[in-house]
Amino acid sequence: MTQLALVIDLNVCVGCHACVTSCKQWNTSGWAGPLVDENPYDAHPTGTFFNRVQMFEVGTFPNTELVHFPKSCLHCEEPPCVPVCPTGASYKREDNGVVLVDYDKCIGCKYCSWACPYGMRELDMQQQVMKKCTLCIDRITDPSLPEDRRKPACVLACPTSARLFGDVHDPDSEVSIAIRERGGYPLMPEWATKPSNHYLPRRKTRMHITEDDLRRADNPLRHEDITVYTGEETLDDVTW
Amino acid sequence: MHPAFSVILLTTLLGAGQGVFLALVTGQVYASIKLIEAQDASFYVGGSVITIILLISGLIASFFHLGRPERAWRAAAKWRTSWLSREVIILPALMILVAFYGLVHWLGWTNPLFIAGADALPIDASLVLGVIGAVLAFALFVSTAMIYANVEFIAEWHSPLTVANFTFLGLGSGFMLAAAYSAALGNHLVTFYGTWAVIFTVIGLVSRGASLLRNRHIKPKSNLQSAIGVRHRLITQRAQGFTGGSFNTREFFHHAPPAVLQRMRTSFLILVFPVPILLIAIAYVSQSATLPIIAFLLQYTGLIAERWLFFADAQHPQNLYYQSVA
Ligand code: SF4
Ligand code: SF4
Repeated sequence: MTQLALVIDLNVCVGCHACVTSCKQWNTSGWAGPLVDENPYDAHPTGTFFNRVQMFEVGTFPNTELVHFPKSCLHCEEPPCVPVCPTGASYKREDNGVVLVDYDKCIGCKYCSWACPYGMRELDMQQQVMKKCTLCIDRITDPSLPEDRRKPACVLACPTSARLFGDVHDPDSEVSIAIRERGGYPLMPEWATKPSNHYLPRRKTRMHITEDDLRRADNPLRHEDITVYTGEETLDDVTW
Repeated sequence: MHPAFSVILLTTLLGAGQGVFLALVTGQVYASIKLIEAQDASFYVGGSVITIILLISGLIASFFHLGRPERAWRAAAKWRTSWLSREVIILPALMILVAFYGLVHWLGWTNPLFIAGADALPIDASLVLGVIGAVLAFALFVSTAMIYANVEFIAEWHSPLTVANFTFLGLGSGFMLAAAYSAALGNHLVTFYGTWAVIFTVIGLVSRGASLLRNRHIKPKSNLQSAIGVRHRLITQRAQGFTGGSFNTREFFHHAPPAVLQRMRTSFLILVFPVPILLIAIAYVSQSATLPIIAFLLQYTGLIAERWLFFADAQHPQNLYYQSVA
């Protein structure tokens, strides 16, 4: 079974919002019609986005750290938003595990948004149907695109490569290796949602310099000791 | 959660509608075993009309909650997994049954089909319809309440108390309405319905009171640490990604100051429980025909405040991500 997902590296995300704008651009121009924007240049602009980047300050000044936190549907393996949908508009694709909304069936009852603990679903105020990240389903399943372009718009746009995309069920995929080797974790593990998207934690880059490194103990070009002899017999004195 | 007026009206109107229908059927059962005096057909026909008006008003209110009401029929599809779907199926079924129940009384098809027990309980077509309808009315209480009780992320709702509250408050207001209806007609059932209304209202007070107490001590399962996966006691949101508000800031927050919540709580605790009980008691002594009607109207007003608070009290874990605009 394939489970497509994103792995987001908080260690390199700089909070530039490139994923937000590229997501909006791609998904407002596609087959599903525009993603609503109301008063975009006025007071109280509001609209529907699949992806948001938030900022959290950790610690107290001056020992603080600003964590940039991109947030979009996690394509849960046990999505609680799906069984509550009365129309079947919300579903999880069998072939690749992407959680989608059928905009032609959705009645806009908002029940699924109550059932998502992460608040990843947003109702489109104009179309009055539920919207959420599709992992750019129209890009990733489009065989007319070259293979390396069959990725979500956000992944292609990220200037720091903080967003990885792939099959988290394939143990040898880039995303699985990243989760395994770089401490990837799911959000709110206390619920039984089993999110497919994972986050890679912040990591401090530290140099470890030991006494031996300073003395260059293992350097073959190291200046050797000059042994001071005090008259004792040395190898040089041996008569062969 | 944001208390949507459509859902507040929907749940309170349906509750009173189911309750008054259950009151009619209860009255008919009591009358057929001669515990209370029998009523003529017009009593049941009128009662069925009241029930249907309430159920239809609730249905109309529910359409205002939907973004795409013209597609509402699709909501019957997933009854295997969704309580909302189950509600959408049971509601029209109950309406049809109530309509037939009223029709059978109106046409006078009430000759006993057979007699159950030794000459004790004559069963006629209306009683059969009434009992099936009563089962549906209870099923509707359960599915309406389970829509909320089933959302495990909202701890304030995720409890059997939610089902008890919807059921007993619905029964209380429905029997209160039956008492008011009997008072308006001037028949002798005011005391019968009034007594049951008081009993259900008191049980409702116990269960709603228990849920209020429970909600005061809820420890949220999720916190900011697990929401973003950073282990630190001090995390403050500095930006939520936009400044002008979104679906997430509108749907999941009530934006009301604590004083308003407190006022709603006090008013519903007064209007739903002691006031109608007192009015029914006075009506019993003074034989007043207007007091039961006032009792129902006040209790229903109180129930609107109760439902408002039910939504406003609910804390959704998604709110963790929307603590600060920028
Ligand atoms: S993150 Fe929310 S919307 Fe996405 S699959 Fe999980 S529960 Fe559903
Ligand atoms: S808003 Fe649409 S997708 Fe969500 S539960 Fe209702 S019908 Fe299903």
